[in-house]
Order: sequence, then structure tokens, then C-alpha cells
Amino acid sequence: MRRVALRSVALFYLAAILVGPLVVVFWRTFQHGVAPAWDALSAHDTIHAFELTLLITGIAEPVNTVFGILCALTVVRRDFPGKGLLNAFVDLPLALSPVVVGLALFLLYGRTGWFGPWLTSHGIRFLFALPSMVVATIFVSLPFVAREVVPTLREIGDEQEQAARTLGAGSWQTFWRITLPSIRLAVIYGVILTTARSLGEYGAVAVVSGRIQGVTETATLRVQEQYENFDLAGAYAISLVLALGAVLVLLTTTLLKPKEEVV
Amino acid sequence: MSIEVRRVLKRFGAFQALDDVSLHVEGGSLTALLGPSGSGKSTLLRIIAGLETPDAGDVLISGELATAVKPQKRNVGFVFQHYAAFKHMTVRDNVAFGLKVRKRPKDEVGDRVALLLELVQLEAFGDRYPSQLSGGQRQRMALARALAPEPEVLLLDEPFGALDARVRAELRDWLRRLHEEVHVTTIFVTHDQAEAMDVASQIAVLNAGRIEQVGTPGDLYDEPETEFVMRFVGEVNRIGDRWVRPHDLEIVHDPAAGAVEAMIERISRLGFEARVELAAADGEPVVVQVTRDTLEELELERGQIVWVSPARERVFAEVGSAV
Amino acid sequence: MTEPQAVAALKLTIGASVVVALLNAVLGTITAWVLVRDDFRGKAVVNAIIDLPFALPTIVAGLTLLALYGTRSPVGIDVAYTRAAVVLALLFVTLPFVVRTVQPVLEELDAEMEAAAASLGASDFVIFRRIVLPNILPGILSGVALALAKAVGEFGSLVIVTGNLPFRTEVASVYVFGRIESGDSGGAAAIAVVLLVLSFALLLAIGAVRHYATRFDRA
Repeated sequence: MRRVALRSVALFYLAAILVGPLVVVFWRTFQHGVAPAWDALSAHDTIHAFELTLLITGIAEPVNTVFGILCALTVVRRDFPGKGLLNAFVDLPLALSPVVVGLALFLLYGRTGWFGPWLTSHGIRFLFALPSMVVATIFVSLPFVAREVVPTLREIGDEQEQAARTLGAGSWQTFWRITLPSIRLAVIYGVILTTARSLGEYGAVAVVSGRIQGVTETATLRVQEQYENFDLAGAYAISLVLALGAVLVLLTTTLLKPKEEVV
Repeated sequence: MSIEVRRVLKRFGAFQALDDVSLHVEGGSLTALLGPSGSGKSTLLRIIAGLETPDAGDVLISGELATAVKPQKRNVGFVFQHYAAFKHMTVRDNVAFGLKVRKRPKDEVGDRVALLLELVQLEAFGDRYPSQLSGGQRQRMALARALAPEPEVLLLDEPFGALDARVRAELRDWLRRLHEEVHVTTIFVTHDQAEAMDVASQIAVLNAGRIEQVGTPGDLYDEPETEFVMRFVGEVNRIGDRWVRPHDLEIVHDPAAGAVEAMIERISRLGFEARVELAAADGEPVVVQVTRDTLEELELERGQIVWVSPARERVFAEVGSAV
Repeated sequence: MTEPQAVAALKLTIGASVVVALLNAVLGTITAWVLVRDDFRGKAVVNAIIDLPFALPTIVAGLTLLALYGTRSPVGIDVAYTRAAVVLALLFVTLPFVVRTVQPVLEELDAEMEAAAASLGASDFVIFRRIVLPNILPGILSGVALALAKAVGEFGSLVIVTGNLPFRTEVASVYVFGRIESGDSGGAAAIAVVLLVLSFALLLAIGAVRHYATRFDRA
């Protein structure tokens, strides 16, 4: 009896907070037919927004993957002063408000910031342009690959790598042929999480981009802009696309992690 | 303090764990439930404890119907194979748990815990945590914990299964002496026939969800009622359709009525006795136990062809019950 | 930093975050319990849905909540532009945290400890209070700390739903954003520092909980 009661509480909670809203968005998007939704999605600025989002993610992704793997290797395999600090630094973006991240970039690279004058004198547009948006996105999605790879690396141990070395393999060969394949799944999972985070980033990018429509407006920024301009169809349509992307991410991760979380 | 199990049935999905099982356990006795894996012995024990409910049948404790009574109220002590220690509590708190739950006064709890820790020889470990104890020590703690609330019945589920051989032997002795001192009705589950024979005064042999035989160790060894029991409890030889114990076989040099021709493959001397392994004419392996004297008298050697004759045998009819 | 609007924003942020963290502690634990101990058709799907707030862009989260619980709500609940909206949005984005930290702990829990406690006479409530809870508490605490960290800095999901009314539904992160847009970097930085300190403190707390959690497993 209590079992059913607990189950009902949990399921109702999930339905009310997670499932219900999603269903309603779906409904609202197509409430007036497919045409308005399609029009909204094919608007020039909307397409540009999607392109920009994908571009930023496409740059942030490999950077974070490489960094994450390097970071994980360093933290697990080597000992050095300040290791704890590196660990904490990697975890920081998870606990930090995205607006604070954006502000930090602003203060560092803005016209009156530390590096501001240097950048201006070299004719580099950082803020209100692509570079700052990429950097912001890189920072907020930094931890994921590292956090996935670290426990896997720890568990595997370095015996295989030692064996490879005694057999004559150089550092790069060892990494490419032994280490990388063994952390493959963790890296993939980390990449998926990084991508989801990058695609969905809002706060930090909102601060540094200036939200210039058609130029520095990402998909997420566009949702907000559409809503404020009372173009609900547009806002919902873009949201639906992003939500479907999220569901795709969920599906992929569920398929990749066979027995771990499902009892 | 007696236990009565009446016609209990239990099924897990498609698997019939217990099939019409009935058993009477005398108050104050030390009984073993013996059988191979999957025979249903643990299930039966858990049903007696109330940790599982039977699909049909009844359990009576001290003459009272207990089938529907929750384990909390049955006043049985249970010891688990993997100890089930409360790892976040000290040894002392573990042992005191049953008493604290019953809201006994603090002094009473303190005294009884001290007494029990002394009984299981863990007085020095009261403030340690289970993770700091060895397997044998954890199991002794589990025993003390189960005994603390003075249960009417003590149930142990393969209590020594997770321990190494030497500790197992020590704790076996230990359990027997404990029972002599405390005299609470005790039932323990094991797949180790030597353990059952050594410790228990009464053994119930289970196989595939049914009870094959209930009796004293002597009964089971000398008068097995089924083929399964004979083969499970002690070593047997199959000669034709007869079953014979190794020490009930005689070796002779000349053919005799009812004897089987066999070649000696190996002789191991084990102190006072010797173990002679032979291969019968039909290829069946035969093992005979003889005394050292007999070995010398007959001048037995490897490679010899001799005749093996049963002095005492048993034949079981088709269904596997004694004739 | 002492500007009344800023103070109001901070108060709302911290207050709402604490409420949400507590709600999560209870509801998240119940959800984790159901996922680990219960069995029903579609459980795998339910388990996967839990991660939705991780995968969904925060701005979309805000919009979806508004669709269901805002003006023109199909279920007649309208909390747009209210403080309830703040709590609701934060509940959404922090939902996975406690569930995912409690789940593995529950799975590792030796179920026989509970059977042992039952055989010793403990009622179900006592079993939960004295056996289960002490062992899952570190999981709950680290989940709560993570949820707090996320809630305190949350921005995207609140921007649409709350209307960002100063002194009423404006949270700290939105206040900072407002200051930046007005060119008041100093004012923004002041409050940002407060948020930064909170984040650090919570990170430390999570580390401490992790250390404390494994103390019974270290022989």
C-alpha cells in the first residue's frame, strides 16, 4: 500500500514538473497548425540563430574534449602541487552562475577591462562578437568530459599503459592505441553532455553577446527575443526544436549507459 | 519454543522453491536444514522468520499460528550469511539494537550487551565499527545481536559460508557450545554435510523443494531412506543397483558371491586407515576404506586385480526410496 | 551592495533556493527510492526523464513551465510573475540533483541490514530512521548542496517566467544582468562576488560531504 503511495507521489511530481510542461509546448507549437511554426523556423534570423549556435558548439566541443582528456590524465596519473586547485577549478563552472561568468569576461575583455585596450588596439572584436561567445560557452561546458573520464581512468589503472611501454610503444602510440580506446565510452558520454550544455547555454552568452539580432543571437537568445516581441509561435517553435534535441540527447545517453542507472 | 511447519508451498515466478513441506522442530534442539543450492532450505528458514510469506501452508511457533505475523513480532533471532552488520553503528550499538527498539531501560541494555559481548569474546571490540572487524568477528557480533532480545528461536542462514575453512571450523565448535549454554531452539541452514553432521542433533535433508528425510546424523548415515540422502550424506559406491559405503566393502583375493572384480588404481594411507581406489570391471570407480592392518594382511598393491564384496548394502526402488 | 533592490534580489534568491533545496531533499529521495526499490512498466523511461533538466536549455525550461502554469494555462494554474514561479522554475532545473546522488547510495545499501532490523523487532518507520536514513544522508546532503549551487546562480529559466519585477520576483542573477546592461559594472560586480563566494562555499561543502560519506568504509 505504501509502495503504491510513494510511487504515485514520485510519478505525479515528475509529471507535473517535467512531462506536463513539455507536452503543452508541443501542443502550443502546433496549436494553429504546422504553417505558423514552419514560418517561424524558416525566418532568416532564426536560421542564422541556429547556425550560430551550431558554430559555437562546433568550436567549443573539440576544445573541451581535448582539454578534458588532458586534464583527466594529469589529475589521475600525475602528482603535483596545486592538483587540488586544478580539480576545484574544473568543477567550478558547475557551481557558478552563468551571469557571473559573463560578467567576468566582460570585466576582463571589455573596453575598460584588463585586456580591453590591448584587444582594441589590435582591432580584435571580442565582446559583442563571436570570440567572447565561444569563450563563454567553452567555460560553462568545461567540466563534463573531465568529470566523466577521471573515474574511468582511475578504475582502469595504468598497468596496460605500462605493459605497452615495456613492449616499446612511445607516448603518443600508448595514448592513441591503449589509453584512448579504454576511455572511449566515458569520452563519448562527456561529449554528449558538453554538447547539450553548449547548445542550451543562455546566461553567459546573453551577457557577452549584446544579443544583436541576426548577428550575435543564438537559438536560445532568440527564444527570449521572440517571446519579448510577443511572437509566441516563434518562441515555441524554436523551443520545440531545442527540446527535441534534448530528448535526443537523453535517448542517446540511455542507450549508451546500459545497466548503470537502470536497476 | 517448538516450531511447526505445515504443508508450506512457495513459488518464485516459475520456480517452485518449496513443495508441500512439513517439519517439526523440538523446542531447545539444534537442527540443521541440509541440502544443495536451490533446494529451498534458505527459503524455508526465511519463511519461519517471517522474512518471506508462504503461498500456502502454516508456520506455528510455540504452538501459536505465526504465518501472518510480521518478523518484528515473531521474536526470532536471525543471522545472515554476509552478516548484515549495521555498518554505521559500533559493535556495541549493533548488539544493543534489538533492546533499544523494545525501549528497554539504559542500564538493562548496558548490562545485557556487556554480557553478550563477553559470551562471544568481543569485549575489547565494543567501540569498533564492523568494517574494522574480521569476518569471523563480524559473525560473532551478529550472533550476539540476534541473541540480545532473548528470542525464542535462533535462525542462522549459512552462517559460516562466507568464512575461510579454519574460522569455519572454530565457529562450528563455538555454535555447538553456545547452544549447550543458552539452549534456545536453533535452526541453521547449510550445504556442507560435514558441518551438519558435526553440529546438529537433528538434520532435515532438502532437495528440490522437498524434504527427503529428517533424522539424527546417525539415522541419516546408517539408514538413509532415499538415494539422494545416501549420496548427499557421506561417500557412497554404486555397485550394480546397490549402494554401499566405503567402509562397508571388503576386499578379497578370491571371487565370492555378490562380489565385483576390480583393479586397484591408487592406495592412500591416511594414518590408521587407508583409502583404496579401484576401477570395477564395468569402469565404475569404487572406493574402499580399510584399516592399515587389513592393508598389510592382504598385501594390497597398485595394479592388483581383486574382488570387492559388500558387507552391508542398501537398495533403493525405482522412485528412490529404501526397500 | 547595500542597495535595497540588490538586497531584495539576494534575499529572494537565497530564500527560494533554500525552499527548493528542502523540497528536493524530500521529493528527490522519494523519487530515488521508487526508482531503486519499486518496479513497474516504463520505469526505464521514467529513469531517463529525470535527466531532462540537464539536457534542456534553461530558457526553454522557463518557456515550457510558463506554457503549463502561466497565463492561458490549460490546467488553470497561473503563477506567472509571482514568487511561486521562481520556486517552480528552480524545482525544474534542480530536480535531477538529489535523485541522482541518492540513487547509487540506495543501490549499494545492503538490503539485508533492513531485514536484520526487522527480525530484531524494528518497525518500518524505525528501520527507515535508524538504518536507511543514516546511510543515505550523505547522498541527500551532496545532492542538496549541488541543487543549492545551481539554484542560487540560475538565470535562463527565470528570465521569462518571473517577469523580473524588482523587489518582487527579481533574483540576484537577473539583477546583475540588469546592472551590466545599464553599464553599472561596479554594481553588478558587487553582487556577482556574493554569488561567487556562495558557489565556492557550496563546492567546499560538497567535497566535505563526500569525505564524510566514506568514513565507514575506511577500515
